[in-house]
Amino acid sequence: MSNIRFEQIEGKSLGFYTLITGLWILILAALGSVYYVEHYGHFVTGMNNRIVWGIPHVFALFLIIAASGALNVASISSVFNKKLYKSLSRLSGLVALSLLAGGLMVLVLDLGRIDRLIVAMTEYNFKSIFAWNIILYNGFFVVVAIYLWMMFERRMDKFSHKVGLVAFSWRLILTTGTGSIFGFLVARQAYDAVIMAPMFIIMSFSFGLASFILILMASYKWTNRPLGNIIVNRLRNLLGVFVAAVMYFVAVYHLGNLYLAENAGIENFILFDGGIYTKLFWYGQIILGGIVPMVLIYHPFTKGDRSMLGLSSVLIIIGGFVQLYVIIIGGQAYPMELFPGKEILEGYGDIAQYLVSLPEIFLGIGGIALAIIIVTFLVKFLAFLPESLEDDLTDSYHKG
Amino acid sequence: MNKTLNRRDFIKIMNATTTGVAIVASGITLTTFASVNEIPVTNKKRWGLLIDTNKLTETDIDGMVNACQQEQGWGTETHSTASQKPGWIKKLKVKDKATNKVSNLALMCQHCEEPPCVDVCPTNASMKREDGIVLVDKHLCIGCRYCMMACPYDARSFVHETLNNQKEHMPRGKGTVEACTMCVHKIDKGETPACVESVNSEAVIFGNLYDESSQINQTLKIIQSSQIRSDLNLNTGVRYSGI
Repeated sequence: MSNIRFEQIEGKSLGFYTLITGLWILILAALGSVYYVEHYGHFVTGMNNRIVWGIPHVFALFLIIAASGALNVASISSVFNKKLYKSLSRLSGLVALSLLAGGLMVLVLDLGRIDRLIVAMTEYNFKSIFAWNIILYNGFFVVVAIYLWMMFERRMDKFSHKVGLVAFSWRLILTTGTGSIFGFLVARQAYDAVIMAPMFIIMSFSFGLASFILILMASYKWTNRPLGNIIVNRLRNLLGVFVAAVMYFVAVYHLGNLYLAENAGIENFILFDGGIYTKLFWYGQIILGGIVPMVLIYHPFTKGDRSMLGLSSVLIIIGGFVQLYVIIIGGQAYPMELFPGKEILEGYGDIAQYLVSLPEIFLGIGGIALAIIIVTFLVKFLAFLPESLEDDLTDSYHKG
Repeated sequence: MNKTLNRRDFIKIMNATTTGVAIVASGITLTTFASVNEIPVTNKKRWGLLIDTNKLTETDIDGMVNACQQEQGWGTETHSTASQKPGWIKKLKVKDKATNKVSNLALMCQHCEEPPCVDVCPTNASMKREDGIVLVDKHLCIGCRYCMMACPYDARSFVHETLNNQKEHMPRGKGTVEACTMCVHKIDKGETPACVESVNSEAVIFGNLYDESSQINQTLKIIQSSQIRSDLNLNTGVRYSGI
């Protein structure tokens, strides 16, 4: 293991500066959108009193759960002692922190009163899962930062197993907390289910790894560093298992809901007659984000092709966004069951409408841009990436 | 000891005097404000409403909505769309699937004993008073809208735009959440909520649910009433009969 050489990237090429400039433009566009919404009020967004969490929440939650999933690669190395993954641990920690920062930026800037952030940090209702999540998110930064320190500092390496264990447990609790934001909402048929927590955990495994793979492949390609097949194939297989597991949980969630008569309405809505939400569920989440990536990952014709793995990762990410859109927006669009056994003729009970607005989209994309810019800058200034991940080296780590 | 007062001593004395006066004066002011509320808020009371849908006409409900708007000043937003405008009280028409009986009712914050909005609020902005009235502290609300996700009655609204000419007793604010306050400012003065006052029949009764001599308590003892989503065990302060 001692022969892994971590090196900063040079970061002087035209491509590097173009990337940084592009990302800055996206971040500035997001901040401009926030100013616009704050100045005029949230009436300029697509949200209303029924759809209170719009597309920014889809972006924010995607980034937050992908963040905890991105840490898995490091966990596999230090918690489960898989040496092959040790070379990727630093990047794994960095991607995790960056994605979380991007997600939190979107979440915070979507608040009605951003200026009261200090209130959110000083007033805690410990009964609120949301308040717990604020602690879990901030704690994640601290835990992963310490974890990275253990990895960077040779003398501290002996502690990395224990700190890794803490980080791994923390990320599981964090995603449980994020899933529970929905899982404990008793009022809404789409949410009130304990399975939301484990489902969010497995979603985080999948979305986080897909994001990690893309960042890994892009950084090695753009810096002309060797990236061997051994490590890529390992990640590919892992990704396949995670996608299958997400689909399994989605199936159990919907079948379980169908079994309960009280949830027949919402299930019909999502699975059969929910218009855009049904289309997004089947075409976006299941086919594009689940079945196609699985085929690309496991089919003999595409299995060894690295660009197909990239495509699978992109599709899994798109599918993940769609899945969160269906959960968050679809779950709100469907009316709550106010009067069981009765039909509401007027005043409530219609399907709520939501039209995504540009400022909301810019804000969400700004979160992704922030995550990528943090990774790009830090790999230039600190030695996160191994100089080489070619097969000869990784093979020896694996055996060693 | 015939010491003359120099400038430094003068400043010291003035500082001490000013601080002393400020402390005493603020104490007097606080006592004065505290004495405005002559009726203490305790858990010995539980304010509630009983809405009889058999007596309540559609005109009554329109009147209730208007009275609430007049009293609290919501609904004059100019930029928000219909689905973005606040609605503290709604008119609902409900049909029984088996009997086809149609009931009209007014739906507002149900002032739950176990309010989900209070449980989920990260900053304690959503809170329940000792007398059961559920409110939003506008200074603590960060506009996260989680309470709106959690409320089973769709009773809360988000203020989507800058507001002008607000009522003195109801400072509303852009970017925060609001809902029916049961006209707490009137109740604290011994009056009844505006929506109740607007109804000329006994279709809506307001009172202390715990007071055995109150009309609401007496009526609830002899008639069949229900809570909306009683399966959630929230023990609402607003009760309905006839549905």
